[in-house]
Amino acid sequence: MGKRLLEIKNLQVNFDVYGGSLKVLNGVHLTMEEGEKVGLVGETGCGKTTTAKSVLKILPMPPGKVMGGEILFRDADILKMNDNEMRQIHAHEISMIFQDPTAALNPVFTIGQQLMEAIKYSSDNSLSRKEIKEQAVGALRDVSLPDPERILENYPIQLSGGMRQRICIAMALATRSTLLIADEPTTSLDVTIQDQVLRLLGALVREKDTSTILITHSLGVVREWTERVYVMYAGSMVETAGTEELFKNPLHPYTQGLMAAVPKLTGKGIASGIEGRIPDYLDPPPGCRFHPRCPRAFDTCKKEKPPYFDADAGHQVACFLYKD
Amino acid sequence: MSTAIASPTKMARAWEKIRKGWYNFSRNPLSVVGAIIIVAVVFLAVFAPFISPYPEHSGNYVNFDEASQAPSAAHWCGTDVFGRDILSRIFFGFRLSLIMGIVVISLTAPVGVTLGLLAGYMKNTWVEAVIMRITDIFVAVPPLVLALSICSILKPNIFNAMMAVSLMWWPWYTRMVFGIASSIKNEFFVQAAEVTGASKAHIIFREILPNCFGPILTKISLDMGWVILLGSALSFVGLGAQPPTPDLGTMVSDGAKYMPDQWWIAVFPAFAIMLVVFGFNIVGDGIRDMMQVEEV
Amino acid sequence: MKFVQFILKRLLHSILVLFGLSVLIFVIARVIPGDPARMALGPRTPEEVVEKFREDLHLNDPIHIQYYHWIKGALQGDFGYSILTKRSVSTDIKEFFPATLELMLLTGIIMSVGGILLGIASARHANKWVDNTVRVLSYFGVCTPAYVFAILFLLIFGYLLNILPTIGRLSPWLDHPPVVTGLITVDSLLAGNFEAFWDGFKHLIMPSVALALGPMAQEARITRSSMADNLQRDFIALERSQAIPERRIMSRFLLRISIIPTVSVLGLDFASQLGWAFLVELIFNWPGLSRYGIQVMLNKDLNGITAVIMVIGLMFLVVNIIVDIIVSGLDPRIRLGAERSQ
Repeated sequence: MGKRLLEIKNLQVNFDVYGGSLKVLNGVHLTMEEGEKVGLVGETGCGKTTTAKSVLKILPMPPGKVMGGEILFRDADILKMNDNEMRQIHAHEISMIFQDPTAALNPVFTIGQQLMEAIKYSSDNSLSRKEIKEQAVGALRDVSLPDPERILENYPIQLSGGMRQRICIAMALATRSTLLIADEPTTSLDVTIQDQVLRLLGALVREKDTSTILITHSLGVVREWTERVYVMYAGSMVETAGTEELFKNPLHPYTQGLMAAVPKLTGKGIASGIEGRIPDYLDPPPGCRFHPRCPRAFDTCKKEKPPYFDADAGHQVACFLYKD
Repeated sequence: MSTAIASPTKMARAWEKIRKGWYNFSRNPLSVVGAIIIVAVVFLAVFAPFISPYPEHSGNYVNFDEASQAPSAAHWCGTDVFGRDILSRIFFGFRLSLIMGIVVISLTAPVGVTLGLLAGYMKNTWVEAVIMRITDIFVAVPPLVLALSICSILKPNIFNAMMAVSLMWWPWYTRMVFGIASSIKNEFFVQAAEVTGASKAHIIFREILPNCFGPILTKISLDMGWVILLGSALSFVGLGAQPPTPDLGTMVSDGAKYMPDQWWIAVFPAFAIMLVVFGFNIVGDGIRDMMQVEEV
Repeated sequence: MKFVQFILKRLLHSILVLFGLSVLIFVIARVIPGDPARMALGPRTPEEVVEKFREDLHLNDPIHIQYYHWIKGALQGDFGYSILTKRSVSTDIKEFFPATLELMLLTGIIMSVGGILLGIASARHANKWVDNTVRVLSYFGVCTPAYVFAILFLLIFGYLLNILPTIGRLSPWLDHPPVVTGLITVDSLLAGNFEAFWDGFKHLIMPSVALALGPMAQEARITRSSMADNLQRDFIALERSQAIPERRIMSRFLLRISIIPTVSVLGLDFASQLGWAFLVELIFNWPGLSRYGIQVMLNKDLNGITAVIMVIGLMFLVVNIIVDIIVSGLDPRIRLGAERSQ
């Protein structure tokens, strides 16, 4: 496809809380190339959102702390960037859609105020008020919202959940972005609207040729939407492969467990096939974090964290079972 | 039917809750400090006649040779213009403050809470309208102003001060409980109880009330501080305890005349007031935090 | 339109409440044993004079007739006769109200503006000295009655350091500026008299700060925790990801939503300080409505007491409505309700 766009290497992030430190990200690896549509799958609480926010450097840093690793965007380490460089990234390169559109919109400002503010700064302050407004209206039209001028005057509370999410999509795509991170964009929507919004997102992404990371806990969505998938568990990636390959041949016991469950995971709750719960991040199990729940765990699993092993082309697994 | 829940398990569960509650409460060191302060004050108040260095100074004692002495080894907080030891009078003053708090809250909390529960449960009936309009009237003026006015109409003594404060304090409980009760009355467990034919009294006291315990307890603790402050304000103006009864507010008011030279006469009682109120406020905050953690 | 309706409803409700209040006070006052007429005129006045006095004041009539006379007068601005000052209560109120207004205005400004600014500073420098000072101050502020602050200030600034005056509104050697608003500071400025302005301000500052200190610290803490809370929210993260400068996020997007809880509390805090003002005015010998209130209360001047309570109630009412308007202006969720959400 193209050259390497994003490479996350061994990202470790902690959250300081009252009783200690939550070791949320335990060495995350992810690469993607330009033009790709990558999926990031995992259950609630495995660190997907933390990863996304770390890439954008919008993780609240007092409780959050980056303990190590690199995030290379086009070969420049985001973690080492200063404010100016980050501003360029935010304005032109990476944008994000949040999981809950109600929480993502500031309740005391109008849609117009927020959308136009975003457009203004994403275009480096170069546009006039009129141009900004035109772009805003255009962006709302792109997401099929009727009567955009009136919506600009509305407050988030006056709109439905589906409309709010479309607005968030509009905000993310209003100005040219190279990479879009969509964090569970349909989870908080009605089932009937989910499909619509996903389709819309797909069309827009295709049209603007935006590389995308789609975060979700739904295998069904991943299968339809993405070209390559990362499976995440408890703070690190356990498996990655092309989408078809992953569904045909899941290797990691966790992935297998996911697949073996009801095909479409909804809401919380992991597959009925996997016993146990996600680990306590305050005091996580040593070695492979999945070993307490793994039906095929053995001694090494309890002591060392498994590195990636290559299976087939483009298919990697972080599991000692596949140590060649 | 309402006693169907077995007693032994209830006791065990309650005890467990208390232990857990204390654990959560004590996680904030400040709350523990507050608790220690309160225990100390209660102790001093209860045992004042035995602990204070000059217990007889709490009454009609006069000794002009000892008058207006600065703090010293013999009198840690100095003496006032009548030669009375201020520290001892502070201990006795704690008695009055605590008594006032206990009396007022014992009167107002049950009445206010019950009315609030009634109004909340019977929302949109004339019962609620009457109760809430009456509370509206009482809260239309700052509490201190109302207390002062009622007190001024009565004869000035500590009993009347307590009555006056009680008279205008109950609406605040009512309003708080009304808010909680009216929002839970539509919850499923209440409707379930209604459907199974539980009496109104049962629903109000056994279903709704337990959900209010947390905020009520918090409010009681914070209120102790408030009532003591109010009481001191009333005494300050002369509408509370009358001389020679040692009351912290009166002591501050008397002492204010002799500022700045004999500053200790007013300053130590003032600190005493602040200390007690501080203790109750901190404990109240701690209780509130403890309840929130419970819910989470 | 819905909003205007809301305000009108509030107004109507409040007026009814004020009436109810007047009834309450009236009933309590008249029910208490004692002979106001005799108390007013003293023990040596002959009985016929006292009896005529009672007739004039309708003290022998049944209570609802008395109330009727009172209400008739009150609606025309006549609150009866004060046995303390021996003149009409309305005159007393007109004389003393501006002083209290001036005091409470400055107190309100310090509480709100000072509280919010301090809160912002605490949030920006979390856990550093500003934040810690404010936290300690807030603990003290809540448990220290305003009259204690007043006495302490008097002691320190009035007597020990001798930099601030301790009594009244204006030094005796200065003339009052021509009355426009009744507020000495404002009137002096309007007349261009800076000496009077400064002098008036010096008199004003101690009682105001004594009253404002406690609530100000509390408002600061509320603002701080509200800001700290909101900083974790997704909409702030989103704004950051949109290349909006941090300063703009802080000063515009974070600020507006964070001061909502603070402003909501302002009404109540102001009310409680209206109460403490009674003692503070007494301590500073501030010739205001509250000091008058204490005096009428100590002297059982029933007309005076009733009138003072009504005025205070009215002040509280106005402040609450203003606070409600401001909060609704800040927070569209309140003024629009859950109209068409979800």
